[in-house]
Parts: sequence; structure tokens; C-alpha cells
Amino acid sequence: MTQTKGTLYKGSGGMWSWVGHRITGVGIFFFLLVHVLDTSLVRVSPEAYDAVIGAYKNPIMIIGEIGLVGAIVFHAFNGLRIILVDFWSKGTRYHKQMLWAVMGLWVIVMIGFTARHVMLFLDGWGGF
Amino acid sequence: MSTPTKEAAEPASKIDMKESGGGGEVPSFEITLQVRRYDPEFSDEARWDEWQLTMYGTDRVLDALHKVKWNIDGSLTFRRSCAHGVCGSDAMRINGRNRLACKVLLKDLDTSKPIMVEPIKGLPVEKDLIVDMEPFFQSYREIMPFMVNNSPAPTAERLQSPEDRERFDDTTKCILCAACTSSCPVFWTDGQYFGPAAIVNAHRFIFDSRDDAGDMRLEVLNDKEGVWRCRTTFNCTDACPRGIEVTKAIQEVKRAVLTRSM
Repeated sequence: MTQTKGTLYKGSGGMWSWVGHRITGVGIFFFLLVHVLDTSLVRVSPEAYDAVIGAYKNPIMIIGEIGLVGAIVFHAFNGLRIILVDFWSKGTRYHKQMLWAVMGLWVIVMIGFTARHVMLFLDGWGGF
Repeated sequence: MSTPTKEAAEPASKIDMKESGGGGEVPSFEITLQVRRYDPEFSDEARWDEWQLTMYGTDRVLDALHKVKWNIDGSLTFRRSCAHGVCGSDAMRINGRNRLACKVLLKDLDTSKPIMVEPIKGLPVEKDLIVDMEPFFQSYREIMPFMVNNSPAPTAERLQSPEDRERFDDTTKCILCAACTSSCPVFWTDGQYFGPAAIVNAHRFIFDSRDDAGDMRLEVLNDKEGVWRCRTTFNCTDACPRGIEVTKAIQEVKRAVLTRSM
């Protein structure tokens, strides 16, 4: 039976937080693969390692790093929310409020990180 | 018998219902109804059909479907039995969310846009809004939805304190409409998952002080297709037309599996 597309299921925050958790999780996994590779280059030669890490100091990678930290921060805070939903007896009742808290914390952390990160980039990574 | 739970306050009507004084005309409004049709005798493709209908303030989505079936297109196919939110026959996807057609008033929907009705997801569609419920009931049977008590039957009832009764009160309200199970993203992609409804009905017996088969039911659900497949998306809790806190029940069963094995 073939079927043309129906509509998307209209879930609320709970469903979309799960979608976000899955996407950020897979994204972080692929980053870790690359990260293990570039870090292991130090065993090949320190110069090769420096060259690869140096390639990260360009505007596209800066945006990528902000995205990466955004994904990790969401995955971390939402992970704590899921632990509370799993183990705190009232967790299921307050899952929506906890999702708002996750998003609030995410915004605060990301404002701080993005400001510091962009400033370091504009300063030409003095001290790095 | 279940104690009434606090129901959400009735949402404000999205339609300006004119106050009709005396024996005046009953106010009506226009809606556009779109239904996802599928008839394997004619086409393997599902399609959208659309009708313009004049409806009244007390009409529900089910009344709109009736109007089409009785007056316009008799081939429109859907299940309904009691039509009053008790039998659980007419679960369907209304504007993207699982609801009972007999419990959704048209005036509470946004009638400036078409009202979209689709069959519930994750179960094979047989015709139009009718799906094959067998996989759903198979999971239900596997959790042994009946009282098991090994002690000799007393001459009168098996007594239970109000506190013990309260422990599983919420999950006694299930009407097996499948709105929860077919709202679950895990169930859509993995039809082997027991699904929220089966776990809710296991919960109803696991936490019943008169029941002796709680361990067996926990054994059944302590499976990779059991409670551990739940990803707490809360779609089931949102979809339940009986207001059961489905995700809470699943989490309680998860914790019961953990504490039992410790």
C-alpha cells in the first residue's frame, strides 16, 4: 500500500524536545568521531595537530562551534530533565515547566558563551 | 467506578455564537471538512476529500462526519458506536492530534481553516478512517488484563482500603480507544513496542493490592519492546480523551521494574 503524505503529527513540547534531543545527540556523536581523529593526530606529529587545530580558527568554524556548544548545552540540560521525569515521582507533572527551565538556561548559557567566543575570535585568539 | 478528576476548564468558543432570544433561529456557522480517504478497491493512494458544511454550536466533529455520510457521500467510512466518549471507537487524528471525534466540539476548533481528519497513525489503514486494531489488542492481551488471585475465593468481595483503590484509580479509566498508542513516535516506527495503552492496563493490575500476578506482568514489560522503549514524549498523555496521566503510569511501571530487581 502506497500512501501520499498525510499531515505531520502535532505533538507539543514533549515531542519536540525528544526530537531535539535525538538530533543533538546524533550531531554530538559525529562531532566526537571527528574530535577523536583530530586529537589523535598529536600522536602522529605535533605539527600536524597544530595545523588541523589552526584550521578551526576561521569564521565558519566559529559558527560551527557555537552550534556545537548549543547542541551540547541543550542535550545536557534536557538530559537532566529526562532524568527527573524518570526518577522524580512528580517529574511527569512538571515536565513542561522543566522544559521552559531548560530553554531559559540554554539562552543564558548561550548568550555568555557566544559573547566570549566571538570576542576571543575578534581579538585574534590572544593567549590561545 | 472511578472518581471524577478535575477537567480542564472549557476553552473559550472560537466562534461568535449570537445570543438567540426567544424562539429565534438556531445560530449556525460554515466549516470546511477535509478527510483523508483511502479505499484499496479503487486506488492504492490515499487522497484528501473536502466538504463545505453548515453546522451548529452543539455539533461535534462526529456530527460533521455523520452529515457527510448520511447526506452527501455514503461511502465515507469510520467507526463509532456510543458517540458519547465511552466506547472508544472513534479515535482519529483531528487537526494533527489524536482525539475522539465525539468529544471535540466544532466551535472549539479554528473554523477559519479546514478541519483536517485523518486515521490514527501506526496501525494499518483498512478504509478511510478505519484501521486494523489487531496489533493494538495483541499487546493488550499479552499483559494479562484480568485479575489473578491465587488465594481461595472468599464468600464475599475481596475487600480493599480506599487508599489501595486510589493507587491505581487513574488507570482504571482506559477505554481502549488507541489514541495514546497511535500518538507514540516509538510505536509508529516500531510496531513491536507494547505501547502506552497496554502499559496503562498493566499498571491497573500491577498496583492493585488484590492482584497476585504483578511480578509476571512486570516480567513481560521488562523487555526491550516493553516499558524501556518509552521516550517520554508525553504525546500519549496529551492524546488521552479520559485524562489519564499515561506517561506517569508508564514511569511508575518502569520504577516498579527497577525496585523489584533491586
